[in-house]
Amino acid sequence: MRFVSKNQRLEAIDGETGVALLPVEPEDMWHAHNLIAISDTIKAHAVRKVTQTSSTGSTMSERVHTDLTIRVTSTFFDPAASSLHVSGTVVRENAWVNIGQYHTLDLELNRPFTIWKSNGWDSVAMQTLAEAVNDDKPDTVVAVVMHEGLANICLITDFRTVIKQRVESNIPKKRSQAQDTAGGMTAFYEKTLSTLLRAVDFSNSRPMLLASPGFVAQDFRAYMQSEGAKRADKRLQRIAKDAVVVHSSTGYVHSLNEILKSPEVQATMRDKKFTTETALMDQFYERLRKDDGRAWYGAKPVAKAVEEGAVGRGGGVLLINNSFFRSLDIPTRKKYVALVDRVKDDGGEAKVLSSDHESGQRLDGLGGIAAILTYPIYDLDEDEEEDDGEEEGGGSADGGGAAVI
Amino acid sequence: MSRHQEVRNLDYKDVLDDYDGYSEEEDELSPEDRALMTQGTITVQTALGVEAAKVSVAQIEESLWHYYYDTDKVVEYLIKKFINPPQKTAKPAPNPSSKYTFLKRIHIASAAPRDFSHLFKDLPWGNIPKDRETIFIPPLLPRMGLLGGSGSPPKMSKLQQLAAARKKKAEERAAQQKLEQTRTKMTQLSVEEQDRQKENAPSDGPFGKRLKTSESTAEGRKPLTTAEPGRSEPSSQSTPTALENSQHAKAATADSPKPTPEKAQPSAFAQVLFGPPLASPKRKLQDVFPLTYTDLSPSVLEAFSRPSPDDVVYAAQAKAGKKTAVTQTKKKGASSLDAVASDVKGLKIEDAPLPKSRNLDVLSEFERSKSKKAASFVVVGHVDAGKSTMMGRLLLDLNVVDQRTVDKLRQEATKIGKSSFALAWVLDQRTEERARGVTIDIATNRFETDKTVFTILDAPGHRDFIPNMIAGASQADFAILVIDAGTGAFESGLKGQTREHSLLIRSMGVSRVIVAINKLDTVGWSQERFDEIKNQVSGFLSATGFQQKNITFVPVSGLHGDNLVRKSPDPTASWYTGPSLVEELENSEPSARALAKPLRMTISEVFRTPQSPISISGRIDAGSLQAGDPLLIQPSGEKAYLKSLQVDEEPVEWAVAGQNAVLHLTNIDQVHVRVGDIICDPAKPIECLDTFTLKALAFDFLMPMQVDVHRGRLHAAGRIESMTALLDKVTGAVVKKKPKIAKPATVARVVVKLNSKVPLEAGQRVVLRSGGETVAAGLLE
Repeated sequence: MRFVSKNQRLEAIDGETGVALLPVEPEDMWHAHNLIAISDTIKAHAVRKVTQTSSTGSTMSERVHTDLTIRVTSTFFDPAASSLHVSGTVVRENAWVNIGQYHTLDLELNRPFTIWKSNGWDSVAMQTLAEAVNDDKPDTVVAVVMHEGLANICLITDFRTVIKQRVESNIPKKRSQAQDTAGGMTAFYEKTLSTLLRAVDFSNSRPMLLASPGFVAQDFRAYMQSEGAKRADKRLQRIAKDAVVVHSSTGYVHSLNEILKSPEVQATMRDKKFTTETALMDQFYERLRKDDGRAWYGAKPVAKAVEEGAVGRGGGVLLINNSFFRSLDIPTRKKYVALVDRVKDDGGEAKVLSSDHESGQRLDGLGGIAAILTYPIYDLDEDEEEDDGEEEGGGSADGGGAAVI
Repeated sequence: MSRHQEVRNLDYKDVLDDYDGYSEEEDELSPEDRALMTQGTITVQTALGVEAAKVSVAQIEESLWHYYYDTDKVVEYLIKKFINPPQKTAKPAPNPSSKYTFLKRIHIASAAPRDFSHLFKDLPWGNIPKDRETIFIPPLLPRMGLLGGSGSPPKMSKLQQLAAARKKKAEERAAQQKLEQTRTKMTQLSVEEQDRQKENAPSDGPFGKRLKTSESTAEGRKPLTTAEPGRSEPSSQSTPTALENSQHAKAATADSPKPTPEKAQPSAFAQVLFGPPLASPKRKLQDVFPLTYTDLSPSVLEAFSRPSPDDVVYAAQAKAGKKTAVTQTKKKGASSLDAVASDVKGLKIEDAPLPKSRNLDVLSEFERSKSKKAASFVVVGHVDAGKSTMMGRLLLDLNVVDQRTVDKLRQEATKIGKSSFALAWVLDQRTEERARGVTIDIATNRFETDKTVFTILDAPGHRDFIPNMIAGASQADFAILVIDAGTGAFESGLKGQTREHSLLIRSMGVSRVIVAINKLDTVGWSQERFDEIKNQVSGFLSATGFQQKNITFVPVSGLHGDNLVRKSPDPTASWYTGPSLVEELENSEPSARALAKPLRMTISEVFRTPQSPISISGRIDAGSLQAGDPLLIQPSGEKAYLKSLQVDEEPVEWAVAGQNAVLHLTNIDQVHVRVGDIICDPAKPIECLDTFTLKALAFDFLMPMQVDVHRGRLHAAGRIESMTALLDKVTGAVVKKKPKIAKPATVARVVVKLNSKVPLEAGQRVVLRSGGETVAAGLLE
């Protein structure tokens, strides 16, 4: 993502400023998705079908290209296609549309859009924007997580993990002759390799991880090498040579957690966002395991801990999923933004994890929010149980909890 | 044709029949002829004078006819024949003159106003092929009237003749009516018959005396006439049914040995019509009948070499009829192409009829069959404890595998420098397994003792292949825990898979465990080492939840086979006096089977066999099944039929819980049957769940996290969504609601959410793993 104006500076943005942005790669759509919240105002190019009725009563409809400004009521993001649709009501009249008419803008690559935050640029929005316009982006990592008969081909970008393709095949078991099994594995490798080459663009060299329990990944790499030699395909040979074989306990996508913390990956991709996020999550789980009262998860205990100032200087970390800021109503979002600001003020670390990464998924399992405290507090969950009765009347536990605070 | 042949082939009845014809001839005489005849007779009689008495009128007439009323010649002939020379039976009617016969035939033809054109339908005018012509065979000596030397048989009065003729006629008619059905084919023949009879009726005159014989033959002729169609029957059979009647008739006429018109000298008119007579080889007689059509001209032959057009049409109609009948039943009025396509698909399925169930009462059958106990055991232990080698040795010592095979394996193993792995290769058959010297997947094998049939499930020890080990443990009744007694190896094992495996087998419901302390030969069969390991392991196992009485220890050497089947011959091992491993196995009682429960079977393997493209194997967890049963496969929800099944490689009619069966399925596509799926009874299907509550025993810290769910061969990715309560280990009462975390060795009620729906039901044992470690095991609630 780029600023449309070369003179635009991050520091200059405040309050009601409208910011014009130009998405240039698919990943930017994901940033836009995180940036655009409900009730924000978006101005972008639009194609609209306009029907005009003449004085005689005949109608004529045509597609017109125009710029529309809408107030967002909902967004839809398609992760696979990286396309973002923003729906809302028109707030600025022009020759074709009236105020209050609905329109859905399809944000496209290389077409600028301008965004006005309805409640000003808060710290979380500023951080997202800063991440979005950051030019220093590491390569996308290709990971093939596999076990016998299953392979998941994933693309790990800085902010999300995209599962490009899933390969499944039936491997004959031991009852059959050994040749059958070997043949089955070769067929599986062949299928995986062809899918991989189709799903992932290898025109620029990019790091690749092959992970599996046992010897599957190793054998797959050997297969790629022999195929490359057989086909005299230099590119394939290079890909095979560059591939890093890592151990994982299964071929499921969540094994990426294991993969990303493996020494091989840590060595090559240490400073990537996803590796730090994974490391943080592991740290949190480690604390939780120790049960020393310094690791808490769930909206209410964490909010309490932050209120007490326990997440602050000296190792306090607030982990929060970016999905929390995405589609919440204004008061809830404000509350969480306040939480983040509070931690920052206290000198702690506030990490907004991408819910599209495996680490974010793990955090999601914990309710989307967790905190490592600077000092132990043991009874954070105690009044939760007392509150149970009230909460049940108020609807979901999370919603109720949010309303109380 | 030689005369002999002719005589042999001669049908006397026919000849008689034919002979009759001659008696008919006289009344064909024109008045002029008759006058001439009478006159001639008188003249001859007078010329003969007294001698005339020796000659009958008939003879005279005959001779007259013969000599064209030349009385002088007749007289001379008669004297020579009958009067002068010694009384030799005369040949009164030698060959009727061809001219005469010709006349007669012409007459017959005119008398029967029949269109003969069809006879020559296939002939070009005037070019009768030789083979179509016949040579008139002179009837062979119709000696009847004159047999027995009687020159003058008693005469018949005209009245008698008439009566006889009428009677005959009536009979003929009756016979003809009987033949009504076949008549169309026989028209020609029967008409000729009729004509002849007509001609026969007024017979009198000089040939009257012969009538008696013809009369007598008339009686014998009845069967003959009836036989006639019969005689031509083979022809109707041998000829294509589609042949037209005319062809039939033609065939009949052409092949009849009877005097045929062709023999006669054709008239000028006939010659114009039919062309000049050609010298033709004699026609064969009756019994060469089947060759009839070979005599046809090539064009005709060609015409008949293929099925007749009618045949073709009939065949096509029959085919089409069948087809339409079939498709119509399937179609049921569906007209769109898609419907037809789907019907065709349906048709394909019906090719092989659904297997029929014999509706056996499997449980009572099972009780009746006094088969051996069946038990399966899983061999577990830390990697490189020698599980596969020990089992290979066991199979060799029990003669399940012969020495030759092992020698061959040893040779191969030596080639890649792993000669000590030869025994393990009996079970480790995959190339990968052999190359790396590690078991990857469960290997199954069987052996029998006097009392029991055992199924070995050799599990991999490597931590990466624990899912396979879980699959094996879920099929086992009891377990052999192999422990490496080598220095350091035992200690590392106890921290490693020895611990995890024993936890797993316990949580999979295996309660009986035999601990085989292996490789004791490497520590000189040291009893102290054995006792040390025994104490540690038994303490650890009872902590895991095994009862002390269910644990036994056997010191073994898997490589050499000591204490496996036979006692150790090593004197240093003489301190051990307990039972060998196989004896211990025999002492183990398999756990009770859930025979009466609804059918459940987890698919361990899917493969192709000659019996069915989709054969599956696995252990029946609960219930029973029999050939012909419909089965439901979950999670696909597709129905299949059980074509046949095998237990222990023997085809059987039924199988019950606890048996390892191979099922051959029909009516199902490969994509619906995968390893880990569950086969169940369509009436009581297992549910597919994606969220379930589990009463879990934590082996590690449990918190909301991502886990792999294992149940037998089935494994799926999911996560612990929430933890609803901590439970008391003994009473199961809720200790704490909504715990943040469950510590190891506590029991918690957790809610697990899976990424996809899998077949699970209450009471099943499930293992949760995370990051390559087993974190919990529990019962589905």
